[in-house]
Amino acid sequence: MNKEKLKVDPIKNGTVIDHVTAGKALKVADILNIGNSTKEIMIGLNLSSKKMKKKDIIKVENREISKEEANSIALISPTATLIIIKNYKVVKKFGIDIPKEIKQHIICPNSHCITNLEQVKTRFILAGKNPIEVRCAYCEKKYFIDEVKFSF
Amino acid sequence: MKHLISMQDVSTKDIMKLIDLADKIENKKINVDMTGKLAALLFFEPSTRTHFSFETAVKKLGGNTFSMSGTNSTSVKKGETLSDTLMTISMYADLIVMRHIIEGAARFAAETVDVPVINAGDGTNQHPTQAMLDLYSIKKTQGTLENLTIGLIGDLRLGRTVHSLSQALSDFNTKFYFASPSHLQMPKYITDDLDKKGIHYQELEDIKEVMHELDIMYVTRIQKERFAVLEDYEKVKDSYIITKKLLEGVKNNFKVLHPLPRVNEITTEVDNTKYAYYFQQAKNGVYMRQAIITELLNLKY
Ligand SMILES: [Zn+2]
Repeated sequence: MNKEKLKVDPIKNGTVIDHVTAGKALKVADILNIGNSTKEIMIGLNLSSKKMKKKDIIKVENREISKEEANSIALISPTATLIIIKNYKVVKKFGIDIPKEIKQHIICPNSHCITNLEQVKTRFILAGKNPIEVRCAYCEKKYFIDEVKFSF
Repeated sequence: MKHLISMQDVSTKDIMKLIDLADKIENKKINVDMTGKLAALLFFEPSTRTHFSFETAVKKLGGNTFSMSGTNSTSVKKGETLSDTLMTISMYADLIVMRHIIEGAARFAAETVDVPVINAGDGTNQHPTQAMLDLYSIKKTQGTLENLTIGLIGDLRLGRTVHSLSQALSDFNTKFYFASPSHLQMPKYITDDLDKKGIHYQELEDIKEVMHELDIMYVTRIQKERFAVLEDYEKVKDSYIITKKLLEGVKNNFKVLHPLPRVNEITTEVDNTKYAYYFQQAKNGVYMRQAIITELLNLKY
């Protein structure tokens, strides 16, 4: 990240979410409830990146996003790196852990699945990491992450 | 074990324990007492054979049943949620056996009620008591579940029986042959799992060439309706019909299994050979279901 020239201004205090999957920054901002705040936010879309061709980037002033919060974006942007900045200096840098079990946020694409017919929160088990694959704990069907829809 | 919902939850240790228990029940080495216990047999999707098998199993253990078949005569029709129906029934019953067309319905039931739940089939997903009785039949005829060569033949894409069975057998170093028309092959998620476990399998269109290697051939029906063009069905159908001639030169311990009902995929001339085992297999189903009920209800013997 240091060598890649940032196309947006540096921040004094806050969090930089780098290497966000291209096109997903707005969704990430939504999940982390960034969009609703009055803090200064910068979002870059489809920036070029050595690591991943195209990437998105988000910078939030005056908010330190925790590891736990960050993990909630694992499914839509598993490659993201979080950089915590204090007084223009990087004080912490961490990646995302993909949880073994994902409760409630994934909608099961199987129309014959009980989760689409009764009042029941979905539960998915991580079945593969590259690419991310999940298995419905109810109907046991497996899906790639691109095949499922989310409800956040 | 509290419930039996999916073979995914059943360890090899559980499998061996249930087989041992079924064997003891069948050979009258133990006497299980289910007196005073009530099993609700909820067949939201009717299935005469599985229903009768469970009913026989409960009654042979000395328990009682009450039953439901289809969704017409029940509160389901009145718009009650499945959750409410199950909650109410669990107030009366000590055990719920449930078949439902909806996938995941049994898992949902187990999370909803306090009594043990047995999945008697949930849509195209799981039918674990069938898988368990198949394993019991294989163990009885071969003396072991380890290192066997097993041919699965027919509609392997949509047959949940063959899916659960291949998943369960993958922990016993099985060598598989999968024979099916090309568009009815084993789903990728099953073969992916086998790859991960390093299990040997080969996909064929014709089982003939490997018959002499097999210990077990598990036959399932290919439905005409699965073919878009009738001519395609006519072209392949004979390759998936088991005749006496096909069985020439098979191993001495070889057996043919079938989950039943059969239509024409095994000719009746095979019934009188020593290789036919499908009717005994159905009988084994009662012993295995007795064993499963004994285990889940912690019955005394
Ligand atoms: Zn599902």
